[in-house]
Amino acid sequence: MNLRRDVFQAIADPTRRAILLLVATQSMTAGAIAANFDTARPTISKHLQILTECELLEQEQNGREMYYHINAKNMKEVADFIEPFRKMWDDRFNKLETIMKKYKNK
Amino acid sequence: MELKTKINAENGKQELVITREFDLPVELLFKAYIEPEIVEQWMGTKVLKLENKKHGSYQFETSDAKGNVVLKVNGTIHDFVPNQKITRTFEMENTPFEVQLEFLEFEKLTNDTSKLTMHIIYRSVALRDQILKLPFAQGINMAHNRLQEIVTKLK
Repeated sequence: MNLRRDVFQAIADPTRRAILLLVATQSMTAGAIAANFDTARPTISKHLQILTECELLEQEQNGREMYYHINAKNMKEVADFIEPFRKMWDDRFNKLETIMKKYKNK
Repeated sequence: MELKTKINAENGKQELVITREFDLPVELLFKAYIEPEIVEQWMGTKVLKLENKKHGSYQFETSDAKGNVVLKVNGTIHDFVPNQKITRTFEMENTPFEVQLEFLEFEKLTNDTSKLTMHIIYRSVALRDQILKLPFAQGINMAHNRLQEIVTKLK
């Protein structure tokens, strides 16, 4: 299995990226994650399953609850993880450019 | 679409450089950084305070689709030269990530194009890599912006 390619496929999906962002600073249960989306719960479960299989998310049992947290260990080289970071800034700057072009033409 | 944004992050260094060329006059690019209403639009955050001057400070607050505050960001402006330069700190409150130092340089290329160079310095190599690895930690304040976009699309 080409894990790296799978990782990139996993983060190519906007909902899965949003999930990763949600759990970036805190562990969350599937229910708490799903509460942030209007999507059906089974769809979110599927996304969580894919992210877990790609080892981007780790599960941790805490009492009766299963918590999800981010696992960045399988991205060791800067080159491996710089791409999503760059894409994030590119999206942000594209937005800035669009807004200011409209502003200019007002 | 080709990514116009370039990031230079060498292995083993505690800094990185983000560069981007814009089809905008440098004055408009700079304006996008100092007008609170505009910052709010492209950063997807609420601007509580933005003092564009030396010794000034700023505070941003990002909420999720339900209105819960999910991230607070603050910093101090160390240098402010209109249409040229902003030097500031950037800190995400209540996260394990320590404050970082940012040098923003705005450059006129032609009358209608400009370039932004953002030089970020972290406390350590480990911290830089950690922030980069949390794929999008730098974009946490964008997370909910994204979330909102997604939610809107799904509706």
